[in-house]
Amino acid sequence: MGFKNYILVCGGTGCESSRADQIYRSLIEEAKNQGVAEQVQVIKTGCFGFCEQGPIVKILPEDSFYVQVKPEDAKELISEHVVKGREVTRLLYNKEERKPYEEVEDIQFYKKQLRIVLRNCGSIDPENINEYIAADGYKALEKVLFEMTPENVIDELKVAGLRGRGGAGFPTWMKWNFTKQAEGDVKYVVCNADEGDPGAYMDRSTLEGDPHSVLEAMTICGYAIGAHQGFIYIRAEYPLAIHRLEVAMAQAREYGLLGKNILGSGFDYDIEIRLGAGAFVCGEETALLQSIEGKRGMPLPRPPFPASKGLWGKPTVINNVETWANIPVIITKGGEWFSQIGTQDSHGTKVFALTGKICNSGLVEVPMGTTLREIVYDIGGGIAKGKNFKAVQTGGPSGGVITEENLDTPIDFGGLQRIGSMMGSGGMIVMDNDDCIVDVAKFYLNFTVDESCGKCAPCRIGGKSLMNILEKITDGKGTPEDIDQIEKIALAMRKGSLCALGQTAPNPVLSSLKYFPEEYKSHIEDKSCPSGKCKKLIKYEIDTAKCIGCTACSRKCPVGAISGEVKKPHKIDQAVCIKCGVCKSTCKFSAIDIK
Amino acid sequence: MSILSLDDLRAIRNREEKELKKRDIHGRSVHVVVGMGTSGISAGAKVVLNTLADEIEAAGLDKVILTQTGSLAPVAEPVVEVFSKEAGLVVYGDVSKADAVRIVKEHLVAGKILEDKRVEVKED
Repeated sequence: MGFKNYILVCGGTGCESSRADQIYRSLIEEAKNQGVAEQVQVIKTGCFGFCEQGPIVKILPEDSFYVQVKPEDAKELISEHVVKGREVTRLLYNKEERKPYEEVEDIQFYKKQLRIVLRNCGSIDPENINEYIAADGYKALEKVLFEMTPENVIDELKVAGLRGRGGAGFPTWMKWNFTKQAEGDVKYVVCNADEGDPGAYMDRSTLEGDPHSVLEAMTICGYAIGAHQGFIYIRAEYPLAIHRLEVAMAQAREYGLLGKNILGSGFDYDIEIRLGAGAFVCGEETALLQSIEGKRGMPLPRPPFPASKGLWGKPTVINNVETWANIPVIITKGGEWFSQIGTQDSHGTKVFALTGKICNSGLVEVPMGTTLREIVYDIGGGIAKGKNFKAVQTGGPSGGVITEENLDTPIDFGGLQRIGSMMGSGGMIVMDNDDCIVDVAKFYLNFTVDESCGKCAPCRIGGKSLMNILEKITDGKGTPEDIDQIEKIALAMRKGSLCALGQTAPNPVLSSLKYFPEEYKSHIEDKSCPSGKCKKLIKYEIDTAKCIGCTACSRKCPVGAISGEVKKPHKIDQAVCIKCGVCKSTCKFSAIDIK
Repeated sequence: MSILSLDDLRAIRNREEKELKKRDIHGRSVHVVVGMGTSGISAGAKVVLNTLADEIEAAGLDKVILTQTGSLAPVAEPVVEVFSKEAGLVVYGDVSKADAVRIVKEHLVAGKILEDKRVEVKED
């Protein structure tokens, strides 16, 4: 066997939507055409994480990191890189600064990352069980079935100190232990893959890039608690993740890693998929279980907790995708190893979906205790377009904003809570000075109001009332009493709502109010929106000194609100203007101001 | 009843692991580069590259990355560069198939530079 190149093409949803699949097929085709099919192996992997620069193609062993690749580039990649052995410089990431023999890990985006959950994402073919097995896959299952008792497994998780990655951070070993000790002839294992926070896609990428790790972990749990059936509850909007799971499950069954008498151990276990229709509330565990049972997804009061009365009234362990993905590594490398990573109260790593006004948006996995500043500036490369940092929203619609003053807070479960936000499932949305904080709070609240199941009054009515107040404020009709009212309603929702959706829905409003009181004040008292986002509080005006009368804006204006003669300053009719901002983005002379 | 036994699973892992390891370049510290320009290939660089690949695999050197590049030093082709953090860059010229075997056995395995095949390269 001679020299061989390995071409890894990202097969995550993000890159696939930028035609990564076509790139993959073109590369295979070109390798054939150019007679080097024997010399290259083209592999479609899971997400590389650096989504900002997708579609990504990595060629080994040179470790050439090609970004924003198009299907048309396949020919050149094969003829230059594979046939002639020369890197295609124009497609390389950071081509100016690339040093000879530099590894991808040295790229700023990856430097501070530690990939445990995403260990196989971007390196193995998720649709090939052999590659997972080669990457130490199913080694943990081996160990558990033949060397460990169920108690040993739970003890290992206790030593590891793994806490649930879905948001609340409940110790995983306790959940398993309660379920194990609960009385019941039948027990269930459930994977919560109902990821619904705006901008979050950690779980989707994990399932797309490494589905077997979740299957393996769920089987381990079955053994530990005495269950023989698992369910994966995943939203129908994740077709690629569902497909990869189905492929993985079929392969695992074929190998006897799911089904009867697994590996000859005498242990039976199987998994089924249940599709959700995309209701955010079904990410709440009791609502999720209701939905699996075929009922309308609405939360139930807790207790009883699923550990004692879960699916069809049977003791059930329910964990989130990221929690599951940690488990096989903990078993193979040991709880002691895992407990050394992270901070005192939170061990291991956390995956975040870094999005918003950031240079390097993407999926990042960092050890707990990394500061937000490191994520935003070192990994994320700072704020896009050279603008100023304003805040980061963590925890999605249940979390809160974090401002400049708290950027050096180490991220772990306790740390984020102390500054009024929460870990959540890992969405991290960065805002710059163009974002109006009241508008952002309104956006999140609108989301939870929309997604409220309507079962309990505090959430259903409270959310809507809060929304009305925020709308009043952004319409310029707010009064100082509104702030007190917000706090009262928020407290009622927090105390009275049945599930976390309602209890945490006021968080974005409360935390933005805490950190940006002056911005609320200017909306209420001065009737102005400092960021120029709230349409009812702003007006567009033409600076007559700068306008040269090119007529560009008046031609673009969709409602014909701009008038004026050629080569003479124009004017906007405020009664007609709908404040869409097209004139401002059209003007080449910066003659249009927001006031 | 089970399709796979524990031994089957381990056999698959052993077989596939070797293949997957070739892709894992993390922590590899030695880079071997073969000049594969037109003149290099006509001087026999392709045979050298394939010999190096086979010998590196046979010796089980998983810390070595083998890559190819364009023309390196057109005076002494085939040219093979060996770069490591400890010894820096060592360039070999007029490398034959037998020399390729020696490079693996003497330089990569035993850590002894082949002084007789070494050529000096002037930095620009």
